[in-house]
Amino acid sequence: MTTFLTLMVMLPIAALLWEATSEGKTTFWEAVSSPAAVASLKLTLVASFVVALMNAVLGTVTAWVLVRDDFRGKTFVNAVIDLPFALPTIVAGLTLLALYGPTSPIGIDVAFTRTAIVLALMFVTLPFVVRTVQPVLQELDPELEEAARSLGASNTTTFRRVVFPNILPGILSGVALAFAKAVGEFGSLVIITGNIPYRTEVSSVYIFGRIESGDSTSAAAVAVVLLALSFVTLLSIGAIRHVATRHDRA
Amino acid sequence: MHRLWLRFVALGYLAAILVGPLAIVFWRTFEDGFQPAWDALTSPETIHALKLTLLITAIAVPINTVFGIVCALAIVRRRFPGKGLLNAFIDLPLALSPVVVGLALFLLYGREGWFGGWLEDHGIQVLFALPAMVIATIFVSLPFVAREVVPTLREIGDEQEQAAKTLGASGWQTFWRITLPSIRWAVVYGVILTTARCLGEYGAVAVVSGRIQGKTETATLRVQERYESFDLAGAYAISIVLALMAIAVLVATTVIRPKEANA
Repeated sequence: MTTFLTLMVMLPIAALLWEATSEGKTTFWEAVSSPAAVASLKLTLVASFVVALMNAVLGTVTAWVLVRDDFRGKTFVNAVIDLPFALPTIVAGLTLLALYGPTSPIGIDVAFTRTAIVLALMFVTLPFVVRTVQPVLQELDPELEEAARSLGASNTTTFRRVVFPNILPGILSGVALAFAKAVGEFGSLVIITGNIPYRTEVSSVYIFGRIESGDSTSAAAVAVVLLALSFVTLLSIGAIRHVATRHDRA
Repeated sequence: MHRLWLRFVALGYLAAILVGPLAIVFWRTFEDGFQPAWDALTSPETIHALKLTLLITAIAVPINTVFGIVCALAIVRRRFPGKGLLNAFIDLPLALSPVVVGLALFLLYGREGWFGGWLEDHGIQVLFALPAMVIATIFVSLPFVAREVVPTLREIGDEQEQAAKTLGASGWQTFWRITLPSIRWAVVYGVILTTARCLGEYGAVAVVSGRIQGKTETATLRVQERYESFDLAGAYAISIVLALMAIAVLVATTVIRPKEANA
């Protein structure tokens, strides 16, 4: 089993690290700090950050509505949340283009802009925060909130002092997962962003372009940066979980 | 008022991002009736692409299922050197960009890669052929079964397994008659998620397949190719097939979830 994992996961990653550094530190730095690479990395980070923040707010609201609110068709809405996990990303991109592209029936055309990037990333990361906050809210006793309210706390104060501290670890780990997914996203962005260098080219698309032009050393260098980002995000998710469970035990 | 406003925000958000776009694609595909969509779907290249996707999925899912169960058992029930490393690496495919995965395999199996030269000398074609596409798909869908099975294994504990062993059951017997029945829904759930991921894989396969029409073009690559050839009807038709598979996955998971809670 360890052999399988080594062969499947670690060896390819080792080959990637090897290729990125095979021609020395200087070449690696030149590849990572070339203007197009830097522009793509900046765009990737900023877009992923914006999307993670929007997820924090809208995902929490959605989770709250799914747990504490009651309306017809809630079961359907609850099932639909997981659709971005199941839907191929290339289909997601095409789908968004149908509503927000040049042939939009509602007259909104954001195709090939940075707004389109945010939109596509919102689509593919939609379930993360909802699905990490929802179970925590379900476990949280509504009586706690009622007690706070009967003691004279306003809705806002109740949320801020009672609900929020409890769901914060859930929000944070959902946000981190969404961020990781957004940083690496490729399929949904290929169609909708048009991949204009310096404007709508994110790092994964930049890497793909470098591979296609036969420049695998530059591709590997930028890929190593994404790999490092994934690792850091995974580690912070682990740290958040650790702190959250320690809080429970205390 | 407060509650209604939040409901409005949440449902509006889902409609704008998720349900609205999908509805438009369904509407656009069948705008001129079923015939154009059907014609697009039955072109030889498209049929080949759909078959290839199913073939890759049929190979990758069983491998990942066995690996996932073994991995989960090792993580929960055993102590061994490198366990921390295994734990850290198992989630990596979820966080890593599929393009990076594709590039890593490209570098390993490519002509100038570590294995590429040896493979070429022995006449084995991995890159730009089925083997690399299967490996890429296995990589990106690796953790799903293990992630579902690990919490269930933790929850059920190992008392029953211990009891079976003291009564003289062999390791295999214990696994087949005690462990597997109690984790079966978690396994099924993991298999469904793995299948969905395999059917929809795009980025990693785009890098290692070479995208040769009628040979190494999967359904998702075909969507992209049709779109770039300005054949929107064709791209939509294949998308609908893939979307219907995704919806089937959703229905399956919704049906299974309550059972899992009771088990």
